[in-house]
Amino acid sequence: MTTLTGSGVGRGIAVGPVLRMPDPMPEPASTPSTIGPDGEKQRVTNAIASAAEDIRARGERAGGKAQEVLEAQALMADDPTLRSDIDVRIDNGATAERAVFEAFAAFREMLLGIGGYFGERATDLDDVSQRVIARLAGVAAPGVPDSEVPFVLVARDLAPADTALLDLEKVLAVVTSEGGPTSHTAILARDKALTAVVGVDGALALADGVLVIVDAAAGSVIADPSENEQASAGAEREARAKRADVPIQPGALADGTPVPLLANLGSVDGIDAAVAAGAEGVGLFRTEFLFLDATEAPSVAAQYGHYSKLLRGFAGKKVVVRVLDAGADKPLSFLTEAHEENPALGLRGLRVLRVKEQILRDQLTALARAGAESDADLWVMAPMVATVEETRYFVAIAHELGIKTAGVMVEVPSSALLAGRVLDVAAFASIGTNDLTQYTMAADRLLGSVSSLQDPWHPAVLRLVREVGRAGAAHGKSVGICGEAAADPLLAVVLVGLGATTLSMSPAAIGDVRAELLQHTREQAVALAAAAVDAEDGKSAREAVRALISGAV
Amino acid sequence: MPERTVVVASTHGLHARPAALFAQAAAKAGVPVQLKKGEKSVNAASILGVISLGIDHGDEVVVSVDGEGSKEVLDELAELLATDQDA
Repeated sequence: MTTLTGSGVGRGIAVGPVLRMPDPMPEPASTPSTIGPDGEKQRVTNAIASAAEDIRARGERAGGKAQEVLEAQALMADDPTLRSDIDVRIDNGATAERAVFEAFAAFREMLLGIGGYFGERATDLDDVSQRVIARLAGVAAPGVPDSEVPFVLVARDLAPADTALLDLEKVLAVVTSEGGPTSHTAILARDKALTAVVGVDGALALADGVLVIVDAAAGSVIADPSENEQASAGAEREARAKRADVPIQPGALADGTPVPLLANLGSVDGIDAAVAAGAEGVGLFRTEFLFLDATEAPSVAAQYGHYSKLLRGFAGKKVVVRVLDAGADKPLSFLTEAHEENPALGLRGLRVLRVKEQILRDQLTALARAGAESDADLWVMAPMVATVEETRYFVAIAHELGIKTAGVMVEVPSSALLAGRVLDVAAFASIGTNDLTQYTMAADRLLGSVSSLQDPWHPAVLRLVREVGRAGAAHGKSVGICGEAAADPLLAVVLVGLGATTLSMSPAAIGDVRAELLQHTREQAVALAAAAVDAEDGKSAREAVRALISGAV
Repeated sequence: MPERTVVVASTHGLHARPAALFAQAAAKAGVPVQLKKGEKSVNAASILGVISLGIDHGDEVVVSVDGEGSKEVLDELAELLATDQDA
């Protein structure tokens, strides 16, 4: 047996055979053909026919909207204009692979040139091109593999398009060689309560069919386990299921210290799932979705309708709404115009709202109106606040427009370090651990090359959280956590030990976090937190905390 | 060669789905069909050709058909273009 390690997502444990996701096809070499144009053309004809047939078959299995998209992709594969372009390139001496690659690339450029709706089809073309070239090369098509039996998916990383196609009935667990705890794969896994270990060195050496035990809580992948190990994995899974089977109740530590568990929501569609999971309110309502497809900001009336619906879903409970957070990874056409070299460090969050203040005023007006009519406890916060002056600006404008409880997100190290000053002004703080990690470690969240630095367990990040926790305690004000970190059950305990008073996460994670909190007293949480902040990096912080727990049991 | 000028009705123009419907219909016609926007003319049975014209909602395009039964083919294709496929 071999044991590989990485960052686990959640508490799951799964046993099953590996199925590798094929890597993207490399660009075909531009060496001249050795079999002549007729032979190359025949190869293209066969490859296109079989790729198109395969795409259509997938469409029939998927049905609905997906089938229409796949049918359009099949048409692109056997398109006559594309085919004549391929044939011209072959007549000029290219191999079938190279001609297909170049012809698709030319159309792709053209679509991108047109832009808008048409530009978005460029990725479809890439997918089709890869499939045809894979046929020519006689290798498996890229993308999530099909299988009749359940499997453990092993991949370099998953793209959003891949994750949307995952058949959760068949995927027992996901293991990736790249990506950190905030990668798309990790977020999806958390959202779907799927067992996953990401950033596993050596994962790509696992061959198809090899049996593995994937243990997310331990962050380990054991290949070729013995029968004993398989049996104990099975027993462990049952034990964990039993421990996680805590009745829905308000979040609390073992000694009864309450830690309200709140839901992160991105639209009003998630209300039912959050309530069903026992969410005690909403800790982060992202309002971007209202604006994503809009070419201009939605009206006060339109926003009011959405906010009213949200607040009705949580009558008598706390609902924390974040005003529009645009920029960097979520540009909005009517707000973020200028091209910036480093958008994550640019005009985003509250900064851009200040420039377009009317949009902020409209949003606060709509929120105040919905809040006044509801018996939910509405809190409103601003994203990407870096200074006390920005805090003062936001709190003043929020009060002016009728918001009673106005706070800020702590995502920038400067506001964590000055948390005491910030909380002199703001009614509460909510720590966005994803961005706080990105800015503390100077590692772009969107770059795979630095994803190993994107670890919210890093003691530097935890020390900043501690600053905010101390300031909150001194002021008697709420310090929430609303990043992915709160959904990691063990890290959630550490964060409470550092002074977090509420935790907000995707509803699917609430059950596991509730169960883990009940295992530790306040005193133990503080001790675990102390061990974590004394470590030298994220990995050793995690190990120190685990060692302390297993020693204590 | 018989032709017809049509104003495209689909809300987002001839992007993937409406373009696929149109190209499929043109391919089924069994006779060569050309689609023209401005100076550029493409084989209407080619989805990529159709998409490459970048046709937006409200654009005026010309469909032309060569051969047997061209009037019926023109009627059918013109109606397809004048219907909002995004609705």
